[in-house]
Amino acid sequence: METFNVYASRLITKKEYFSPGHRACQGCAEALAVRMVAKALGQNVIVSSATGCMEIVSSPLPFTNWRVPWIHVAFENTSAVASGVEAGTKALIRKGKLPDKGTVFLGMGGDGATADIGLQSLSGAFERGHNFLYVCYDNEAYMNTGIQRSSSTPFGAATTTSPAGKLTPGQITWKKNMAEIAVAHNIPYVATSCSSYPFDLIQKVKKAARINGPAYIHVLSVCPTGWRVPPNKAIWIGRLAVETGVFPLYEVENGKYRITVDVPELRPVLDYLKPQGRFRHLTPELVDEIQERVTHEYNKLKAKTAL
Amino acid sequence: MLKQIEGSQAVADVVALCRPNVISAYPITPQTHIVEDLSVIVGQGKLDAEFVNVESEFSAASVVLGASAAGARTYTATSSQGLLLMAEVIYCISGMRLPIVLTCANRAISAPLSIWNDQQDSMAVRDAGWIQLFAEDNQEAADLHIQAYKIAEQTFLPVMVCMDGFILTHAFEPVDIPEQKQVDDFLPPFKPRHIVDPRWPRGIGLYADPRFYMETRYILHRAMEKSEKTIKEVSADFAKTFGRDSGGFIKTYKLKEADVAIVSMGSVVGTIKDLIDQLEEEGKKVGLLQICSYRPFPRQEIYNILKDKMNIVVLEKCISLGRGGILASDIRWSFPRAEKKDRNISSFIAGLGGRNITSDDLRYMVERVEKEPVELEFLGLKKELISDKDL
Repeated sequence: METFNVYASRLITKKEYFSPGHRACQGCAEALAVRMVAKALGQNVIVSSATGCMEIVSSPLPFTNWRVPWIHVAFENTSAVASGVEAGTKALIRKGKLPDKGTVFLGMGGDGATADIGLQSLSGAFERGHNFLYVCYDNEAYMNTGIQRSSSTPFGAATTTSPAGKLTPGQITWKKNMAEIAVAHNIPYVATSCSSYPFDLIQKVKKAARINGPAYIHVLSVCPTGWRVPPNKAIWIGRLAVETGVFPLYEVENGKYRITVDVPELRPVLDYLKPQGRFRHLTPELVDEIQERVTHEYNKLKAKTAL
Repeated sequence: MLKQIEGSQAVADVVALCRPNVISAYPITPQTHIVEDLSVIVGQGKLDAEFVNVESEFSAASVVLGASAAGARTYTATSSQGLLLMAEVIYCISGMRLPIVLTCANRAISAPLSIWNDQQDSMAVRDAGWIQLFAEDNQEAADLHIQAYKIAEQTFLPVMVCMDGFILTHAFEPVDIPEQKQVDDFLPPFKPRHIVDPRWPRGIGLYADPRFYMETRYILHRAMEKSEKTIKEVSADFAKTFGRDSGGFIKTYKLKEADVAIVSMGSVVGTIKDLIDQLEEEGKKVGLLQICSYRPFPRQEIYNILKDKMNIVVLEKCISLGRGGILASDIRWSFPRAEKKDRNISSFIAGLGGRNITSDDLRYMVERVEKEPVELEFLGLKKELISDKDL
């Protein structure tokens, strides 16, 4: 799957582990990302999920969309729960009470559960070195509760708690760089991905699952409802995020940076901002400010890949 | 084997004998020695367990939750602020019916910061669907842990063993630590009910809309009530196997003939018993009702035993601010309305934030209720520290 061609999609399993019939909004690119990650990991996985969109759309008692073992406890402790599942399984395997089948331990949460309320528990699990994969599905706000800003909401985006008005231009802080925070923990594998690039995502998940120790994948997940875009434009918006350099796709393996979806020439950020209702209030000056920041961050990343 | 050891060491030794697979905890005074001692036991290879050093109590509770859901026997310990930080997960553990055992080294709650003993912390989570057992001394604290695993794994309810911080955790007393074989014979291996296992995929922790939520609470409440039988059976079984009485629902001391019945729980009952003996020599008939299982609350037992007692005094190390004695409310509720009329049930709060409860304090309390019933009084309160401006 290193080089993709039209036949590559046939290599992906037809089996669904995150089944259809869930209650996500039309065009939800996060549900798509979850589906791809589930396909990449297959049957031999235990999922620990944070509270949030993906939990709420998939687990209304007495139904579940999960065809793999799945546990949800609370908003802020997914990584600790995954640590516990991993530690418990490890102990039971060592004592011969469970067969050693190389089960993957997956922790998953949205940007709020990862970058805000669950950051401490994630950091703790990284530091302790549990053999688990954490996937953050980043839709850039608390969408489940009705589009409130998080520390992962980009500068300028209007949300219900960072409204655009006379005094504020929407979100007034810059997006927290979770991937870099993960890299700073010196874990063996960190990557960014996006469900608009399914092969990139699947490949990274498979790689991360093979790695011994903590791995982190940050998946940009377009939210048509919260970003104010038509549902049929979600995939296109995700591509624009990558093509404009707003959300570059890269991986960091044992500290070595590599851009996985190369964009020889970045498109202007306006191409990405313009179709989205959450940015419609932005003045040309603010767009320039965002452009400057995006270019700066992108060059910083490029410089790291050259090391 | 009889050992002269610290309470924390006794608990650690006994927990290790119960062979937990995963231990996760965060240090907090006065619980710290328990997990220090356990980490040494694991480190020396005397216990094969995963010892997960977490970054907070919240994660400690979450780790044992995850491990228990994976089918492991688990252990954690905490106190005070740590238990409050855990509170959200405490509710999740019982709601998910995971038989986790936790030691609460009882300590006061901030603010003001106090590391010293009272029982406000475990009281703060009394409604969470955890069985709460209170130890009188270190022998009982040790014994209760062995019973706790058996009770938890039979009822699928988590058990909190409460022992007074410092007064028990840091006290050196002779404690009989059983042999591994005795514990193995008493405590069968953990057979989990629902686990996360790729061989049998299932969802745990699904959300319940209004069509389903209330039933989960009802079932949990009934399970708590039904656990009464298990607690008694396990305690009786323990007495048969180990040759000493520990735990159970309630215990009494010289209560039968008593004119004044003191109700209390935790380590203070030792001081109360001494006073009862002294008063007996002076010709006064005072007895004790000691609560071991605070949740489930032994209402029927209490009623049966106290129904002839017209002068009851409840002594507790916690308070519901704006309401009064918590245990006192529970005791008052144990009597049908018609039988409350001529019955005096006095309420005393004592020992908050580690203030000593002396024999003189207790003597004063008994003399006070002999004269008249007391709605609510703080025992040993220093009035000179309180000005009118404060009130």
